[in-house]
Amino acid sequence: MNSAASSRDPLALELCALSKTFKLGGGMLHKSRTLKAVNDVSLRVPRGQVMGLVGESGCGKSTLAKVLLGLTPPSAGDVLINGKAIVNANQKALARHIQPIFQDPYSSLNPRQRIEQIVGLPLRIHAMGTAKEQAAKVDEMLELVGLPKRAAQQYPGQMSGGQRQRVAIARALIMRPDLVICDEPTSALDVSVQAQILNLLLDLKDEFGLTYLFISHDLAVVEHLADRIAVMYLGRIVEEGTREQIFSAPRHPYTQALLASALTPEPGLGVPDIGLGAGQPDPTQPPSGCAFHPRCPIAQPECAQQAPALSPIAQSAGPGTSQGTSQGTSQGNPTRVACHFA
Amino acid sequence: MAQLLSSPVAATHHPANTWLSRLVHSTFKNRSLAIGLLIITSLGIVALLAPWLAPHDPYLQNTANRMVPPIWHETGSWTHPLGTDRLGRDYLSRLIYGTRISLFIGLVVALISGLIGTTLGVLAGYFGGRVDAVVSYLLTTRLAMPVVLVALAMASLMGGSMLTVTLLLGLLLWDRFAVVARSATQQLRDAEYVQAAQALGCPLPYILLREVLPNIAGALIVVATLEVANAILLEATLSFLGMGVQPPSPSWGLMIAEGKAYMFFQPWVITIPGSALFVLVLAINLLGDGLRDLSAPGGRNE
Ligand SMILES: Nc1ncnc2c1ncn2[C@@H]1O[C@H](COP(=O)(O)OP(=O)(O)OP(=O)(O)O)[C@@H](O)[C@H]1O
Ligand SMILES: [Mg+2]
Repeated sequence: MNSAASSRDPLALELCALSKTFKLGGGMLHKSRTLKAVNDVSLRVPRGQVMGLVGESGCGKSTLAKVLLGLTPPSAGDVLINGKAIVNANQKALARHIQPIFQDPYSSLNPRQRIEQIVGLPLRIHAMGTAKEQAAKVDEMLELVGLPKRAAQQYPGQMSGGQRQRVAIARALIMRPDLVICDEPTSALDVSVQAQILNLLLDLKDEFGLTYLFISHDLAVVEHLADRIAVMYLGRIVEEGTREQIFSAPRHPYTQALLASALTPEPGLGVPDIGLGAGQPDPTQPPSGCAFHPRCPIAQPECAQQAPALSPIAQSAGPGTSQGTSQGTSQGNPTRVACHFA
Repeated sequence: MAQLLSSPVAATHHPANTWLSRLVHSTFKNRSLAIGLLIITSLGIVALLAPWLAPHDPYLQNTANRMVPPIWHETGSWTHPLGTDRLGRDYLSRLIYGTRISLFIGLVVALISGLIGTTLGVLAGYFGGRVDAVVSYLLTTRLAMPVVLVALAMASLMGGSMLTVTLLLGLLLWDRFAVVARSATQQLRDAEYVQAAQALGCPLPYILLREVLPNIAGALIVVATLEVANAILLEATLSFLGMGVQPPSPSWGLMIAEGKAYMFFQPWVITIPGSALFVLVLAINLLGDGLRDLSAPGGRNE
């Protein structure tokens, strides 16, 4: 089933002008305000690649993930998975193609269910195989994620964070989806365990031919496994390009600030303090023009007036992009940046 | 990886997996749970075995033998260890049969109100928005009604009986279940395991019954114990006021009501059923307390 769809469309995931707006307040006394958590996001994720999505806390990464997973409908725009729109798609049909791995391994497993129940749930809900086949598949999957056989009988409370995350990975992959949304899958783990989980994710990606959308605010993690990186600020993508380009020749001032902060001695300790003075603006009252301009070191008067579009830039620019080795650029996915002066 | 896998799993050599074994285990550490459980189990056995335990027929009147005092009075006798009432009925037998009424009403009322309150609360907490607004409206309406007055009025309209009392209280006491279920569900609604189930396309009943309900059950059980005690006291109150269980049923509340004329000269007529009520309600509250302690700590490691 998957392979048939896979061979046809080179893009595992495509977002077209996707927006998600929340209405806040709006009781009898307050006027309701709107919050554009995801604002006009367009993104293409080629099959078999890892798209890293980075940005500060509250910029809308998880909201984007929820829309993709079908947990909340988009306010505008389209999501195409394997070239097919998911809006109005049946949740079960969607679930076979796209599965999540969440951040907190303590809250992502039901504490009242045994591991075999948790990992086998997708098979039961989708009525795949007999009970015996399901049990065999659960065993196989647990082995693949590096858990011992006896783990099947345990409860999540008896496991460490790293082991729980392995269970969550097993649950996400047991139906062999095409696309996995990893929402900060390692940020709640010990540093020593993080690397193991990341390597496991990479191994499984090769084994099953998966495509990942990998959300993180830790640039070191993203550098480790992303092929392409999208940088998000206040609901918008401000820069998107190959890993090499983003790391060696960032164009957007926000990307540059993020990178600079990642090079400080303690990267990955929560949200980067990106040294831009004032914190993030109130997302319900985004600044006019370019949303980044109040914090931007190179802002000009025009930035407060006109929002820059996310547009492709010339290939010759960065030293990293000229090598042309990454599939991204060769498939006509040039670096895009939303800045008047990039 | 091997080192990652070995240690934490090996450390938990004998997991207290089941509810039962956890209950047994912590009963020894948790005194109020132990005492509450002991008293309630004994009273439960008394209620079940009432026909064999009661020395006399609780309804058998013997006017020659009225107001016999209990055994600790000098005129007491072993034929009637707790004496007889104004109609000469054996007080111990009536007390034993009364356990059935109290426990039955307590349990059935908690069951009915638990079903109503949990359903409303879980739906309100899970869906929020309009559903929540409707449930909150029902809840405030219900909270605006004084339970005893409404129950009295309705019982006098419909005629007091065990069935009426049970239904009335069942329909009135769901508010705490709803409040607790609602707020507990609100917290769980965004739990990642609930989102994972939603992303899988799990049907709604599965999510509510298998993912949400087991994880709010601990809080609901504590509420249930409170409501059992509450219902037992309310039944006694209504019966005392003549609007509950009707004579000649041996309801404890009714026994107190029937004895109130003799209160000054034969106070045991009132203190015996009164103490029984006190002990039962205390035991239930101890149990509830113990269960709360049991479900509160180590939320992540249970
Ligand atoms: N259900 C909701 N209703 C209203 N506002 C919401 C809702 N969910 C998210 N938001 C708002 O949308 C914005 C984006 O939130 P989101 O959780 O997507 O951020 P994030 O990038 O995942 O942050 P983090 O790195 O902290 O996980 C935030 O301002 C948040 O307050
Ligand atoms: Mg998030």
